[in-house]
This record gives sequence, C-alpha cells and structure tokens, in this order.
Amino acid sequence: MKRVPWTLIVFAAGLLVPLLGSRFYTFVATDIVILSLFAMSLNLLLGYTGLVSFGHAAYFGIGAYTCALLMKHANAPFVPSLIAAGLMAAAAALLFGFFCVRLTRIYFAMLTLAFAQIVWAICFKWNDVTGGEQGLPNVPYPGLDWMGSVPVLGGFRVADHFYLCALSVVALCFAGLRRIVDAPFGRVLTVIRDNAERAQFIGVNVRAYQLAAFVLAGFFAGISGGLFGIFNRGVFPDFAFWTKSAEPLIMTILGGMGSFWGPAVGAAAFIVLNQQITSYTEYWPLTMGTVLIVLLFVFPGGIAGTLLGLLERGRVRAGRGGTAAGAAPMVKRNA
Amino acid sequence: MLEVSGLSKAFDGFTAVDKVDFAVRRGEIAAVIGPNGAGKSTFFNLITGHLKPDAGRVLFKQRDVTGAPPHRICLMGMGRSFQRTNIFPKLTVFENVQAAFITHRRRGSNFWSLSDSLYRGETEALLGSLGLADQADATSAVLSHGNQKQVELGIALACDPEILLLDEPTAGMSAAETRDTIRLIQRIAAERALTLLFTEHDMEVVFSIAQKIAVLHQGRLIAEGTPEAVQQNPDVRRVYLGERH
Amino acid sequence: MFEFSFLFGQFLGGITAAMFLFLIASGLSLIFGVLRVLNFAHGSFYMIGAYLAWQFVHLIAPAPEGFWLAALAAAVSIALLGAIVERALLRHLYSREELYQLLFTYALVLILGDMAKIVWGTQQLSVSRPPSLAGSSEVFGVTIPHYNLFIMGLGPSIAVGAWYVLQHTPLGRIVRAAALDRETLGALGANVGWVYTGMFMAGSFLAGLGGALVTPIKSIVPGMDVEIIVEAFIVVVIGGLGSFWGTFLGALIYGQVLSFGILIFPRFSIFAVSVLMAAILIIRPWGLFGRPLK
Repeated sequence: MKRVPWTLIVFAAGLLVPLLGSRFYTFVATDIVILSLFAMSLNLLLGYTGLVSFGHAAYFGIGAYTCALLMKHANAPFVPSLIAAGLMAAAAALLFGFFCVRLTRIYFAMLTLAFAQIVWAICFKWNDVTGGEQGLPNVPYPGLDWMGSVPVLGGFRVADHFYLCALSVVALCFAGLRRIVDAPFGRVLTVIRDNAERAQFIGVNVRAYQLAAFVLAGFFAGISGGLFGIFNRGVFPDFAFWTKSAEPLIMTILGGMGSFWGPAVGAAAFIVLNQQITSYTEYWPLTMGTVLIVLLFVFPGGIAGTLLGLLERGRVRAGRGGTAAGAAPMVKRNA
Repeated sequence: MLEVSGLSKAFDGFTAVDKVDFAVRRGEIAAVIGPNGAGKSTFFNLITGHLKPDAGRVLFKQRDVTGAPPHRICLMGMGRSFQRTNIFPKLTVFENVQAAFITHRRRGSNFWSLSDSLYRGETEALLGSLGLADQADATSAVLSHGNQKQVELGIALACDPEILLLDEPTAGMSAAETRDTIRLIQRIAAERALTLLFTEHDMEVVFSIAQKIAVLHQGRLIAEGTPEAVQQNPDVRRVYLGERH
Repeated sequence: MFEFSFLFGQFLGGITAAMFLFLIASGLSLIFGVLRVLNFAHGSFYMIGAYLAWQFVHLIAPAPEGFWLAALAAAVSIALLGAIVERALLRHLYSREELYQLLFTYALVLILGDMAKIVWGTQQLSVSRPPSLAGSSEVFGVTIPHYNLFIMGLGPSIAVGAWYVLQHTPLGRIVRAAALDRETLGALGANVGWVYTGMFMAGSFLAGLGGALVTPIKSIVPGMDVEIIVEAFIVVVIGGLGSFWGTFLGALIYGQVLSFGILIFPRFSIFAVSVLMAAILIIRPWGLFGRPLK
C-alpha cells in the first residue's frame, strides 16, 4: 500500500477556505492552523519521546513576543521575525530543557511548568520591553500586498492573505515534523519513549536526544506563537501562563497522541467546540473540563485513536472472522 | 577484556557488592553464580554503567570506564540483556532490532534519510539467525516470553558487541526452551568470537558451558575458577550448593 | 540602608507567607508521596476552602468565634470533596500514564474554577479576623497582628504533628509503606484503596484549611487557585517532592526570597524565586531533600 500524502491533501484543502468568502470561516481556519502547529510541536515530546511537558506555553509565548517585538518596534520583515521567534524559543528550550531532562516523568512535568512560570513572570513584569500586563497590542500584519496583484488572491481580504501565509508556514513545519519523525532521529525518540533504560544500552545518550527533541519542539512552538501573535493582533502575558500549556495537551489527547495527525485533529475539534460552546454559555472551562473527563475515561485514545481502533476491529472481523478478538487492537506505532 | 577491582556498592547501608575483583579474558565464557540476592544483577549494573560504584574500578579493553554512562560503555562494544525482559514493547520485532543497528552505528542523529529503509538486510539476517523471521512484523509486546528474550538477545547482538553480558538468559523458560536458548547462545558466541559473561540459576547450564565461574555470596566473591575447582570449593559447597541439596 | 525593624518586618511577613505555602504544599507533597499523583486541583481545593469559610462565617455570623468553626467546617468539607473525587474518579486512573492523571486533575481545575464563579460570583470577598486574635503586638518595633502570630505558630505545629504521626504511629507506618510500594502495603494487611482515599482526604483537608485560614489576610478572588498551585509547585520542587521537611524548608526559603526579593528587585521578586529554584536544581536536580526516582 502506497503512503497517502496527507500533508499535501490537507494543505490543498486548506487553500480552498478563503474561496468560501466567509470572514468567520477564515478566522476559525487560521486559529486551527496555527494552534495545530502548537499541538503538533508538543506531540513530538508527548507522543514520540514520552515526555510530559506542562510548560510548553513558555516557548509559544517567547515566540509570540519575539516576533511581535521585531515586527512592531524594529519594523523587521515577517519572515526573519518568524524565524527569530523560532530560534529564540529554541534557545530558551535549550536552556530550560538542559535542567528538565535530568529529571523523569512527573518531576519533568513539574519543572517544565516552573520554568514556564518564570517566562510568564518576565512577560508580566518587564513593562519596558513586554508591555507588562497590557501586553503588546497592534502587532502589524506581514506585508502581503503583493498577493493583491495575483489573480484570484486579489479578491481576498487581508485576513485571507494572512491565512494563506500562515497555512504555508505551518505546512512547511508539518513537512519538517514528518521528516523528523520518519528519520532515524525520530525512531530513536520512539525507542526512548518505549524504554529509556534499554535505549541507553543500545548506545543512546537518552538525555541528549530528549534535549534535542525539547529544543525542536520549542522551535515549532515558537513559530506557532509568532503566527498567533499576528493573528491575534496582540501579544499578552497569558500566552505563557501555565494554563495555556494545558491547551495543546488537551488538543493532543482530544485528537489522539498515538498518531502523527492526532494533535491537529484535536486542535480543530477543540477550536470548533470552543466556538460552538462560547456562543451559548460563558462557562467554557466548565464544559471543557467535563468533556476532558469524559474523554479520559471513555475515549483515552482520542478521536484518531478511537477511529483507528474501530478500523482495526473492522478489518480483523472482515479478514479473519474474529480470530484475534481476544487481543485488543493495538496502535502499532506512530504511523 | 574486562577487569574489575575492589568494586563495591551499598544501598542504604546494605552492601550489595563488596570489594569484588574479577577478570574475563577475550573469548572466554564466564559465569557469575550465587543465591538470590547475592548481588549478581547489581554487579552487572555496575559494569554496564547503570549504577555508579561507591569504590573500585572497572576496566573494559584496558580503558577505565568506572562511572561512565551506559550509552558510552555500550558504544565501546559491550552488549547486555536484563534479568527482566527489557525490550521496546510498542515497536515491532523488526523495529526493535533495527533501532539497535541505527543507534549503535551512530545514525540516530540523522535527519536526512528515512529510518524504515535503514539496515534492512542486516536486521533480517539477524532475525533469521535467531529464528524470529516469522515474527518480524509482530508488536513485540504480544510475543511469548521466550520470544521476547530472543528479541532482547537480538537487540544486544545488533550492537555488535565484543563482550556480551547476559543476566539470567533463560529465566522463566521451560526446559526445552532453555536448551534451545543455550544452544543458540553458544552458536552465536562461537560464530562471532564473543566474550560472554552471564548469570544463571540453572546449575546444569552453568557447568556445561562456562569455562570460568565466579561465586558471589552476600555481595562478596567467595570463589573463582574452573567449573571443577568451583565445584570442589568447600565454601561454595557450604553456602551455595549446600543450600540447594 | 534599611532599618532593622523594617527588615524584621519583612522577615516576619516572609514567615507568614511561608506557613500558608507550607500548608498547601505539604498536602500536595503528601498526596504525591503516596499516590504518585500530582494534583493540580489542590489549588482549587484551597480556593473553594476559602469560599466555603466565607460562606460558613456568614451562616453563623452571630457566634463571636464563629470563624474557627467555619474554618474547620470548610476544611472538613474539602476533605469530603477530596474523598468523593478520589473514590469516584481518580482511583480508576492509577494504572494509567501520569498524563491522564495530570489532565484529570486539570479538568477539575477548570470545573471547580467555573463552579466557584457560578456560586460566588467574581467580586472580591473578605473575612474579618476572629475577635480573639484581632489585636496586635509590637515586637522589635514591628506591629504584628496576633492572627499572623497564630499562623506562624500553627505551621510548625502541623509540621511537627504530621512528622510525629508519620514516624511514630502505626498509621504512619502504613503511610510510609504505601509511599514505598503497594505490595508491601498489601503485605501489612492494610486496605490499600482506603489508605489512598485517606491520604487524599488528609491532603485535601490541609488545602481546605489553608484556604480557610488565609481569608482574614487575603481577599478571596477567582484565579487564586491557579496562582497558589504554581507557588506550591515551586516550593516542592525546591524542597524535593515527597519530602515533608523539604517542603517545610522550601516554603521558608520561598517566603524569605519573595519578601526580601521585593526590596532588591521590586518588580522581579517572583523572578528571584525562580532563579533560586534554578540554582538549587543545578546542584540538586531532585530538590534539597528529594531522592532520584525512576
């Protein structure tokens, strides 16, 4: 069976959104695209390396502030600013990750959270640079005027142009992530996730690889944060607050961390759900908490995991008349 | 090949390994025996870097590796298996062994190739020689205990070791499986000119294949020598064989 | 530079803050030590404890020392809430990966936070000090409310009391065994499930008590749950998770650094705490009293 180029298909489908001509759809699609990168970057740690980071918002926030500061105060062009956002986030991930990977499991989670709070505190208090509690409003859009002179694109709004730009950046990042997990490097990460003790004795410097994964995840989170700051037309300390770190975790669990696309599916579900629920009630956290509990108890594999499980079961039943009924369908690996 | 001197380790005041001196020459098949809790696994973990000794030295190929991290010791040419089967449960059998090829040949930091196609031939050949070819695509967690032990052996061998440390390679196996496993290990050790250091509770196995035996009791080395010499040793008869009969 | 009395005042302020942190963090650490669950909702329990204390004070307003009864009732209610959460939900997640437990407790944070808003609204609430401790004394030129003195005494008392129970009673032996592993515990003939429930209740009780007792000093606001939990995390990271005295020391250090940090870097006192935490972790990755855990 030949591998389906999902990245391309999703990207192509995404390109069509502005044709719907709805301001609202473009808005939601931009939100989904940017936050799915945030969730996917986290899954490099969560699903592939087996590291539970509860401080991923730190790198999202650093990316957002870096990009916003460069574009707003230094009038820097978009592309270098965004790359700088990724690199700053990666640098912070290197510094914090160095300490975090010395710890395991829950201790790791706590320390990532504690470091994220440092970042939040800096964003919150360093008025001269970050604008403190007020944040940095009015982050400019990238200069995408050239799109106006391209046929078809010319008829779109500025927000549509930015959407296409974000979509392209995110698609590139997804291709990069896919490459990382399919390369030997990615295989080593899954080996560490499965059994870190054994991994050491096939010659893996576990901490070095964990740190590398942490830095890469930080980089992509930074890119995502940079994009989000522009999309949101402003950057605020809340971007780095610890509860923000829970969002990509919830998205990942919602979509399923056992598959490459799970977190993106989860991000889409999360955002659509948010849009729906907030139009009825202001108690979105209450609803989300309840959904999360149902998910944890009833569908621990998330949307993707549950679908894959159903598919597998269907295939077993059709193929072998239920010979393997006793063995629960296993998600073979991160496909 | 491997030389330890004055090796000691205590946990919370309990001395698990107490000033052990021991050496294995290249090409030798050596066994460490002793009753449960004699410190065999700790002894192995001190050699392989999983534990840091309180005192003493470990020399591997004339180089001091005391307290070196496990991955570095492994890359120098030491392979090991664990007492409790220690594999990558969610990966397939093929991926288990292939991963060891990838990491041991230092291709792990490679981003520019696809891991699926790496070392296919080597992995298939090794699985074939272990009799695991049929199970290559099975998730390793669902294999039988005996097969999992073989996977673990495959992982260790993919690291192309010069010395192989096996901690209870036949633990939990039936008599027939034990016989097969021992034959397999002997064959592979001969083919690859491996140095072998293993622990084993089955005395028949130990005395049939080991050329040299060390006896640990309460963390201390109480006897060392050829199987005959060890069998005759009065201390060994008292503390070890005496307990069994 | 600074007058002695001023510095002494800062010092006492740090101690008072530390004792509250200790109440919260010790419960967190106790639950983690036995159940191996990091309870994000611990901060929510603290907040609900505060709201309940306010509610009970108003219910029994005429009684002169009603505050004490209200505080106790709030803490007991939180312990019961803890018992329900543990028995009904949490225990089904013990066999799962930590991530599921973490997200479960986080879901509770979301739910409890909104529930508190629904019940008590978003305005600030406050409780006045009980009449018996409404006065204050002057020590070395510093005016200290009696209530703060009481808190400074309560913290160490609870620490010593808990230490005694843990080290010198049969109950403590069971708890210590439980912290090591479940099998040992089963061998002691204890009912593992109820030991876990009991520990979760005890930890929750401390959170509720902390929340109730803080009300005469701080006003009750939404968001105090997610703030305190991070402070408690930093305290246990500094002290070492699962270590009782580590938590005590971590709280003292946190309180002092925060209180003197404000003098040195007025805006960055929280930053000073973080830097200190990083420094400690460079030297001791598992915290001051923590042990490496596989």
